Amino acid sequence: MRTRPNYLAGAAAFVWLVIIGVPLYALLNTAVQPQTKYTDRGPISIPSALTWENFTTVVDSGFLHYIWNTVIVAVATVAIVLVLAVPISYAVVRGRGWVTKGVFRLFLLGLAIPSQAVIIPLFLLINDLGLYDTLWGVILPTAAFALPVTVLVLSGGMRDISNELYEAMALDGANPARTLLTLVIPMSKSSIATACVFTALQAWNGFLFPLIMTQSEETKLVTPGLYNFVSEYGANVPALLAAVLMSAVPILVVYLFARRALVAGLMGAGGK
Amino acid sequence: MSRVRVRDRAAPPTLERPGVAWAVPGLLFFLVFAVAPMVGVLYLSLTHWDGLNPPEFTGLDNWSRFLGDSQVRQSTLATGVLLVGNIAVQAPISILLGVWAAGSQRNRAVLSAIFFLPLLLSTAATAIMWRQLLDPNFGLPSKFDWLFGSSNPLGTQQGAVACLVLVTSWQFIPFHSLLYQGAARSIPHTLYQAAEIDGAGRVRQFLHITLPQLRNTIITSTTFMVIGGLTAFDIVLLLTNGGPGTDTSILPFSMYQTAFRTYDYGYASAIASFLLLLATGASVLLTKLSGYDKMSSTLEGL
Repeated sequence: MRTRPNYLAGAAAFVWLVIIGVPLYALLNTAVQPQTKYTDRGPISIPSALTWENFTTVVDSGFLHYIWNTVIVAVATVAIVLVLAVPISYAVVRGRGWVTKGVFRLFLLGLAIPSQAVIIPLFLLINDLGLYDTLWGVILPTAAFALPVTVLVLSGGMRDISNELYEAMALDGANPARTLLTLVIPMSKSSIATACVFTALQAWNGFLFPLIMTQSEETKLVTPGLYNFVSEYGANVPALLAAVLMSAVPILVVYLFARRALVAGLMGAGGK
Repeated sequence: MSRVRVRDRAAPPTLERPGVAWAVPGLLFFLVFAVAPMVGVLYLSLTHWDGLNPPEFTGLDNWSRFLGDSQVRQSTLATGVLLVGNIAVQAPISILLGVWAAGSQRNRAVLSAIFFLPLLLSTAATAIMWRQLLDPNFGLPSKFDWLFGSSNPLGTQQGAVACLVLVTSWQFIPFHSLLYQGAARSIPHTLYQAAEIDGAGRVRQFLHITLPQLRNTIITSTTFMVIGGLTAFDIVLLLTNGGPGTDTSILPFSMYQTAFRTYDYGYASAIASFLLLLATGASVLLTKLSGYDKMSSTLEGL
């Protein structure tokens, strides 16, 4: 079906492109300008002198260590979430009876628990477990709060596996464990990829848990690191924005490799 | 793919199903780190606790203080205003952008890839970036005074609220329009072909086919907006720090201040419980409306 071009919608989309693009340009432009140029010319200008100095300032302050910590947190969170959520989703999709239905409903309800609302008892719990100011103090709550979405994504994907395949597995005499390993996991590769990217994004961008659960320089993560830079580099805007830019680079890399999984997951999350 | 053996006189294969035991480890983990703290926050709201000494049971003291607290009233109002503002700005733009991007032209695919970029920045990074861009001395207002006048956009109540709505929209409209793009793509083409034959124009098609077909996505996306709005904390801390004065000190922000700045964990737990109540209430209402809870077809393809 050919439709005539919709110029009005095209123009509106172009306006939105400017709204998205101009701040991103200002971010990039400011991060590569010497500070004196920035104060003269402002965030939106044609860069007249390029410098790496802002990035070296940020690196010298130990920002790479924060990035490394955040990588550890993201990888560990993804690992925990997958190990727990894959069997849950398998039981929810293939299990029978009111208990499995109840499990699914509990995780649906879990979608609505705002982490802010339970941060105080969580803080107490992490303290009691002796995990305050360790990366585990961030990893465990982040994983718990990523579980509901992951279970939704994975059970959605597993529901698409046809019953005939399960019957074929049963004919072969496969027990549930073998069915999971040789049928369900290979067939849910794309939803597993989506869940991984989703969880990694959540762990990477999380702010509240690292802010509350960690304190020292050794355990600092990217987002609280940025927050500290605001007071530290308040006057040095180009260095501050260089740090902002660097905080997004690893996610950009993930995005370049797993764009399909991420976009498919986000688009599928809306329901029909 | 496994080989299927053909058996003589085969008894029908028993389809062995995974039991609930498979869900138990994850369930326990979730109960410890998410559900138990929900109960914990309700209990702590009945105590006085400074974080050092053991919590001391004080009954409904925090709650009677809560009901008479004018700052809480102001915070609730501010939370409501931001919530309404965010939904009013984000929902229509996201729907239009999403439906537009669902079209098949090549330039739309390229543009939607760019629209996606703000999602790669964390809320903390977004807030810090915008705080610099909105800075009255060096940011955009200093270069575009015809647009901003001589005022500091973050310096007045209306300005700060408007900035919070704009920055939140900048960050999250791409997310919501992706949801709508996915949903709009799955609307059957035959509906539009039928409408075309009936002579329905673009606007009528949008109003009578697209919008009704997006109903579930509208509910999902609104749920995300409501819960996001009730928990917007990092954006307020980093963009306005609750100011000017306490004008943008929304509930999660005042909860954080009460707990981790003035160490009044008991009272902060009362605010947190209220937040929990609002968020679960909103989500239960919206999932009921969408039929999400029935494990029905809306979940397929999730």
